[in-house]
Amino acid sequence: MQPPQRVQFMQIYLPIAEVSVNIFTLLGLGGIVGLLSGLFGVGGGFLITPLLFFIGIPPSVAVATGANQVVASSVSGVLAQLKRKAVDIPMGLVLLVGGLLGSASGIYVFNLLTELGQIDLAVQLCYVVFLGLIGLLMLQEGIRTIQKQRKGGGVRKKRVQHTWVHKLPFKFKFRASGLYISVIPPLLVGVAVGILAAIMGVGGGFIMVPAMIYLLNMPTKVVIGTSLFQILFVSAFTTLMHAITNQTVDVMLALLLIVGGVIGAQIGSRLGARLKAEQLRILLALLVIIVAGKLGLDLVLHPSNLYSIATGGE
Amino acid sequence: MMIRAALLAIGLCAVALPALAQDQQVLPARPGMPITNRPEPDEQIVAGLSRDNIGITTSFDGSQILIYGAIKREKPEPEGQKLAVIVTLEGPLGPVTIRKKSREFGIWVNTASVGVAAAPSYYAVATSSPLGDILDRRTDTQQRISIPLAMRAFSGPITVDDSIPFTEALVDIRKEQGLYKLETGGVHIVDNTLFRADFALPANLTEGDYKTRIFLLRDGKLVDKYQSAIEVRKVGLERWLYTLAHENAALYGLLSLALAVFAGWAAAAIFRFVR
Repeated sequence: MQPPQRVQFMQIYLPIAEVSVNIFTLLGLGGIVGLLSGLFGVGGGFLITPLLFFIGIPPSVAVATGANQVVASSVSGVLAQLKRKAVDIPMGLVLLVGGLLGSASGIYVFNLLTELGQIDLAVQLCYVVFLGLIGLLMLQEGIRTIQKQRKGGGVRKKRVQHTWVHKLPFKFKFRASGLYISVIPPLLVGVAVGILAAIMGVGGGFIMVPAMIYLLNMPTKVVIGTSLFQILFVSAFTTLMHAITNQTVDVMLALLLIVGGVIGAQIGSRLGARLKAEQLRILLALLVIIVAGKLGLDLVLHPSNLYSIATGGE
Repeated sequence: MMIRAALLAIGLCAVALPALAQDQQVLPARPGMPITNRPEPDEQIVAGLSRDNIGITTSFDGSQILIYGAIKREKPEPEGQKLAVIVTLEGPLGPVTIRKKSREFGIWVNTASVGVAAAPSYYAVATSSPLGDILDRRTDTQQRISIPLAMRAFSGPITVDDSIPFTEALVDIRKEQGLYKLETGGVHIVDNTLFRADFALPANLTEGDYKTRIFLLRDGKLVDKYQSAIEVRKVGLERWLYTLAHENAALYGLLSLALAVFAGWAAAAIFRFVR
């Protein structure tokens, strides 16, 4: 990819990806994604995977190794959140059960689409549609909240709205979230996130965080910790699946991303504690919209090269 | 290895490839031995490589290979015929799918594809003069020297009207990545007897046997051919990780997870301590 006379400084050859990359590029990449992960409680998979494609890592290796990096940054994040008692463990477990079910069926859908030869398109469309929608919703909500606060008074939206959701059976008291609801909605959220996560090759935090806030009415302070808790286990499961079935986890690549990532995550969670929830929400919304916009443009604009090559079978 | 052998078999079945068949018989070539089966030519290649194996270590960032040699003659040099030397270096073969996008409902979608059963992961051709002047088409087709000919048979049924733009695209993309190279003038000939060619192998090398071939030509016709191989292997930590990932996938996966969990925990612990 680089011209032969490039500066050959601190290059490292990755054993599984079979490419040589600069160490500082990887550390920096991991650091940026870790920072966002700690700040917003998203695993960062939706950023790390496209960024790894960009520096020339084969897509299959990028997806699998990205999952491994997400494990590390979420461990770090969960520990920081646990200290602040901001993890609703029972809720996390319910989401996790749903997530694993969804992930298993998502992998089935993934293989089906791969056979049809349209997985790239499906992944891109998923990114554009889901990231775009969620980003816009969050942005609108965040702006509205800030406007209300500016007007003074701060009329609080009533938290508990009694709808059909509250008539469902299997009610359970989620103490940390201050909720007394049926386990069915969180289970379904978990399944939906799991399916999307497996298809898009990400942890799914950027879908789960808004789902928890808007669908489950969870208080923002426990949302981040709880979503990290769920992401930790789902991405661990994904990593293991990829390692066993495709041998595409590059531990050397993961290690470098992790070292950058864990440091970034710690800084991010400290920073996050200082910012207001609304500000965080707007920032995350903007980030999500930018990524979706970029991918959307790629679909619409005339590509610089109509042809692309893929090595290996299929 | 299995896959490669199978691919070669497919390649052999799909089209008649005399050159490839010949190569198969004589592999592995012994350095220093000309491999042509024809009667002793008047001029013979005697050649050497600066190294016959490359170890991919963690800090591997490309490698230099010098291929050198001399032309041995029993009789005086033939007059008036133009002498030329071509040196090729070919990485392991692998299947490649080339896809083409077209616009459907306003978005760009992969709509057509062509599969190549075996394309080299790396292919460099160094010549003493422009390829068109020193090589005739027949010799090129037989020996598969020029870059487009380095690709073997198509895989699967061809579903497009014209497959040529697809293979051209493959060559263009790999050229851009520095994986396919044509170096006109890359072979230096001294006194019509000694020659040398330098190759700079890129950092993104794939493991395998890299086949080196030297062709001695007069007026576009092949006079002698020499073949040898360079072993490119991962060594040390790279070797160990690669083997573990493929032979003990579950253990490798757990190791990766353990490493991730430990790193995450350690970072949290260190930051707590620092505060």
